[in-house]
Amino acid sequence: MAVNPVTQRPTFNEIFYTSLQKLPDGERVRACLQCGTCSGVCPFGYLMDYPPSKMIAALRAGMFDRVMKTDKVWMCVSCYACTNSCPAQIPLTAGLMTRTKEELLLAGNVPVELQDALENTQRYGNPMGESPRKRAAWARGIEPSVKIMSQINRPIDVLWFVGDYASFHPRVQLSSRALARIFNLLGVDFGILGHEENSDGDSQRLAGERGLFELLVDKNSKAFQKYQFNQIVTADPHAFNALKNEYPKLGVNYPVQHYTQYLSAKLDLLRPLLRHEIKARITYHDPCYLGRANGIYQPPRQLLQAIPGVELVEMPHSAVNSLCCGGGGGGMWLEGYQWEQAHARLSEWRVREAVAIGADILAVACTYEIPRFEDAVKMVQKASRLVIRDISELLLESIGE
Amino acid sequence: MNLIVAIKLVPDLVEELKINEEGNFLDLESLRLRVNEFDEHALEQAILLKERGAGRVIVIALDGEGVEDALFTAAAKGADQIIKLTGNTMPLVSNHTLARWLAPVIKSLQPGLVLTGVQAHNDLDGPLGPLLAEYLNLPYVGYVAKATMKDGEVEIRKEYPGGLAAEMEIDLPAVLGIQAAEQPPRYIAFSRIRQAMKTVQLEERQIPDPFIEEPIAIARLFQPEIGERAEIISGDVDEIAARLVDIFTDLDLL
Ligand code: SF4
Ligand code: SF4
Repeated sequence: MAVNPVTQRPTFNEIFYTSLQKLPDGERVRACLQCGTCSGVCPFGYLMDYPPSKMIAALRAGMFDRVMKTDKVWMCVSCYACTNSCPAQIPLTAGLMTRTKEELLLAGNVPVELQDALENTQRYGNPMGESPRKRAAWARGIEPSVKIMSQINRPIDVLWFVGDYASFHPRVQLSSRALARIFNLLGVDFGILGHEENSDGDSQRLAGERGLFELLVDKNSKAFQKYQFNQIVTADPHAFNALKNEYPKLGVNYPVQHYTQYLSAKLDLLRPLLRHEIKARITYHDPCYLGRANGIYQPPRQLLQAIPGVELVEMPHSAVNSLCCGGGGGGMWLEGYQWEQAHARLSEWRVREAVAIGADILAVACTYEIPRFEDAVKMVQKASRLVIRDISELLLESIGE
Repeated sequence: MNLIVAIKLVPDLVEELKINEEGNFLDLESLRLRVNEFDEHALEQAILLKERGAGRVIVIALDGEGVEDALFTAAAKGADQIIKLTGNTMPLVSNHTLARWLAPVIKSLQPGLVLTGVQAHNDLDGPLGPLLAEYLNLPYVGYVAKATMKDGEVEIRKEYPGGLAAEMEIDLPAVLGIQAAEQPPRYIAFSRIRQAMKTVQLEERQIPDPFIEEPIAIARLFQPEIGERAEIISGDVDEIAARLVDIFTDLDLL
């Protein structure tokens, strides 16, 4: 039988597979052993029709359209657990999962909750739909007052990138105020952008909204360029991750530290101020975007250990094996969807661990987490004694302010 | 067939509304605008109709801050033609005026169906839809929650208070006031909007008669005033709670 050569347009499967391999380290996807480790460590792998290993199998079989028809990829909270345990070192979180979400988003296969957050970000520069003019309102009344860059006419040492939740969420604002007071006590010369700051965009990027991310980078970069400063500090690990790893890829390059890094480098100055004992068993939750994504494990622990009276205990899942709080990669805006799919909240699993080891305080260093864990405490049995505190709040308590 | 969607910008309530010094209008400096949410539903319903083969979608809006973004977003969602009406110099345009400006333009586009949001929170002189229908001399049905094309007619579902609903058939052309599209307005990736900004032609049309005498004039605009019997309780949570307990006790409610 004569076979005529046919020229076919590449299928979506082929285009997608090729685009994946063009990403940094993307060609490693060809080395997938199909060991299934990724799907096993994924906190929601058990309910995804296509967890990472199966997605790769579908790609290889030319059946990726089946993955595109499910919406379970939205259960991915971009926690880096799969990436970290993959023996072939395939960039699963940044590559496979994010690219798939991008395609789902372009195809309009997006849970409504997430749409709202993305639309708000487009319109107001923050996912919660708050007035951008009120971005600095959290700082009112702090003495000496928190400087807003557009109102002072001089270079500054530290530009504090406050971030969305730290600016607008009423509970997280308290930790922002604590950090501002600590900066003041240490004599840090710092300022904030106020209404000129926009969402860092990292979680929107990981939820598949690349174009929106680029728009936000552009806006923030224009604000950065207006002022002179030596470095950026942020309390938001997602902003930290974006500024450290993603903004430079778009030509926006500034030295950046998470506040736990910045303060632990100043422990000599800080330690004498920590005069009041906090007699408590404290456990620390490693946020995905400080820990697994950026390898920062020690600075937050050093700060906690510097507080007199503190007994630092570790949960079974800690450091590189930390459990995600469920807020990453768009999870912050998919609460209802996740609940509908899983009838479980990752934050509750975490709180159960903290309770099981007898911790009095669960210390956090991520602006997504205080409200997530405080909500979880209300839901988990025997957790009502567990107190959730940002490290900045514990430091300030020990200072006695 | 042409499906015409009229969208308008309204004050965004995310910002506190301030009143100007003259006390007769909102302070324009502090005002932020957004597309009326019902109009977004009207657009979604039109795009759904287009996707089912009903025709072309044409979106039309009066010039204003942010209107181009709104029109390009509509184009990215699937609108075939976007039109901006220019030449307006008034801060407030009543719906009577807006309808008189829109009507001749819509007429020139040979409408099969005109869709607009059933209401907007800044409608001072009645909703836009019925006024448009009047100037276009077309039938109007409002509070529409679903629309389907069928043999030169549009079948709609209309919602009434108290949970009642009706299904009706309307001869075309007609004007609909959309209460809710069949599905929530879709999200469109920002890259698509950017692409539309580069590739889609934004058409400009002059307002036919910019110097219309406004049918309504605002005499005075003011924040809600504290009534004689009202007491505004201030203080921290404990003080407020204590005062409330006192009040309820005095009223014999506790
Ligand atoms: S862990 Fe890595 S190698 Fe193993 S199945 Fe997953 S992607 Fe493939
Ligand atoms: S990043 Fe986390 S949630 Fe997403 S697939 Fe990997 S392990 Fe699962």
